[in-house]
Amino acid sequence: MRSRETERLKWRSRRGLLELDILLGRFWAACGEELDEAETQGLARLLAMPDNDLLDLVMGRRECPDPELRPLLQRLKAA
Amino acid sequence: MALPVRKFDAVIVGAGGSGLRAALELAQAGLKVAVLSKVFPTRSHTVAAQGGVGASLGNMGEDNWHWHMYDTVKGSDWLGDQDAIEFMCRMAPEVVIELEHFGMPFDRNENGTIYQRPFGGHSQNFGERPVQRSCCAADRTGHAMLHTLYQRNVLARTQFFVEWMALDLVRDADGAVLGVTALEMESGQVVLFQGKATLFATGGAGRIFSSSTNAFINTGDGVGMAARAGIPLEDMEFWQFHPTGVAGAGVLITEGVRGEGGILLNKGGERFMERYAPTMKDLASRDVVSRAMATEIKEGRGAGEHADHILLKLDHLGPEVIAKRLPGIREIAIKFANVDPVKDPIPVVPTCHYQMGGIPTNVRGEVVVPRGSELAVAVPGFYAAGECGCASIHGANRLGTNSLTDLLVMGKSAGQSMAEHIRAHGAAHRDLPKDAGEASVARLARLDGQAAGEDVSAVREEIQRTMQAHCGVFRFPDLLEQGVAKIRALGERVARTAITDKSQVFNTARIEALELDNLYETARATMVSAEARKETRGAHDREDFHARDDANWLKHTLWYREGDRLAYKPVNLKPLTVDTIEPKARVY
Repeated sequence: MRSRETERLKWRSRRGLLELDILLGRFWAACGEELDEAETQGLARLLAMPDNDLLDLVMGRRECPDPELRPLLQRLKAA
Repeated sequence: MALPVRKFDAVIVGAGGSGLRAALELAQAGLKVAVLSKVFPTRSHTVAAQGGVGASLGNMGEDNWHWHMYDTVKGSDWLGDQDAIEFMCRMAPEVVIELEHFGMPFDRNENGTIYQRPFGGHSQNFGERPVQRSCCAADRTGHAMLHTLYQRNVLARTQFFVEWMALDLVRDADGAVLGVTALEMESGQVVLFQGKATLFATGGAGRIFSSSTNAFINTGDGVGMAARAGIPLEDMEFWQFHPTGVAGAGVLITEGVRGEGGILLNKGGERFMERYAPTMKDLASRDVVSRAMATEIKEGRGAGEHADHILLKLDHLGPEVIAKRLPGIREIAIKFANVDPVKDPIPVVPTCHYQMGGIPTNVRGEVVVPRGSELAVAVPGFYAAGECGCASIHGANRLGTNSLTDLLVMGKSAGQSMAEHIRAHGAAHRDLPKDAGEASVARLARLDGQAAGEDVSAVREEIQRTMQAHCGVFRFPDLLEQGVAKIRALGERVARTAITDKSQVFNTARIEALELDNLYETARATMVSAEARKETRGAHDREDFHARDDANWLKHTLWYREGDRLAYKPVNLKPLTVDTIEPKARVY
């Protein structure tokens, strides 16, 4: 059984922009089950961002200002 | 067991543009307002709106609301109610200036006035020449609007219930609406939100189609709840489609791709548009292109394993032209279609974008239903605004930029009507019926108790495939008839959904099962209404009745869930203060 925190993040991956719904959906399908504690926290921070800003990061249109989040973003982009 | 009850003056379901605008009107009037939303307000689907807000400010050249009204009536293919259209177009400048004063960062002209962008279908002097009417904040108009309205609501002390899903409308024996039941995702608790006035601002339900530009949250929750509570749904056969969304994803490929020389091919590699539009070919108008694509797919010439899409070829343009003239298209194709358009064609399909029909209202945002010989009697305490409501401003097709105008005007109007109703209501809430909320409790108990049954995503995908194949952008009589039978049969599967995760805390599977109930009502209303309308009008395009038929069909559809019953009511051709705009051919 998945932890409830993971389920919460999964719900918060429901977005206002379809593009993010699709990309985050792929991410969960690819590696959602194996997130460690730090990645879970990083994802929570990404999901707190406005949709347009998050989409720019995931599409690689802008560099993420926070270096700590870059490895996770890399996984998001690769999914 | 009785549900816990929380009492407010106003209960609003949905925190997109119209819900937030209505909430602001009420909270600023000093009323106690609850806004329920499945997601954080600024992540509502309004965020996806880029085009702008249509309003005849006249900042870029002469303009007035009469011209905006004419364009909207014509866009609606004369199915829009002219009182509602006059109301919206007259109010538009006022609500835009208000929004500016709330802090909305509109793009500006050098003289400080709001800059207005050109947009298709908007004209000066009743169709004579184009006019710049769209007020925008770069390409983030919806985003800026949500943030502006949310912050104002925080200031006005609106109470937000975020990550709550409304379940069912609560009505008493007289039919008055007393509020909604809702599920808190965090705890799994069900609460009855009682209000003197209740507004549905739940947005569109574009997810009923397998190819849709809508975000996953757009499951028609308000429309489904209204249908279950016995409220008819108006004009649900009218959905706006865009010809080229990425097949299987729905992400739009701009029409600029065809403008720059991209061509459409069927599975045999044939440039089929040459047969349908020998002169304009791939640059024919949106409806001609969509119709041709749907016909190719229906006749078995679609590409791919399931012969269900068309190929958009642009490799012949060369990588330089693609990069320079079509920025972003290559990355979208690689990301969402998994093809590099420099080498391979993009799989595309006509894609659902906007719901014109919905819960029937008048210009005050009051939900109105026929009773006896009267066509539009207000349901006490019940209101709807935004994409889920049908005033009817957009009629058979919506003009670009009018969705945001509709949100602001109808959100504000509904908020004002609710405030009046609440003030006249008296201090005490109406008594709740003894069985209030029982239907929701039973629905949840059924779902939690279902040991074996249907998989939620499998049923959802079947509904979406059925809608796309049988009730898409171009509609064939045989497919519509089969579609009605199929969608009715799917009802049994929807009633038997089962989930394996029974947890009460943040149970996404459970939410998706509850959403499916709403999606299904919307899909069924659409299919049944579309099959019955034997004409072509606006976005409802039939192969067998390929012309508008004002003699028989200049009327609104009303679909009732009980027995799939259909009724009709006349279009209101009488504006509030000006002369009617007589129906004529809709050509651009």
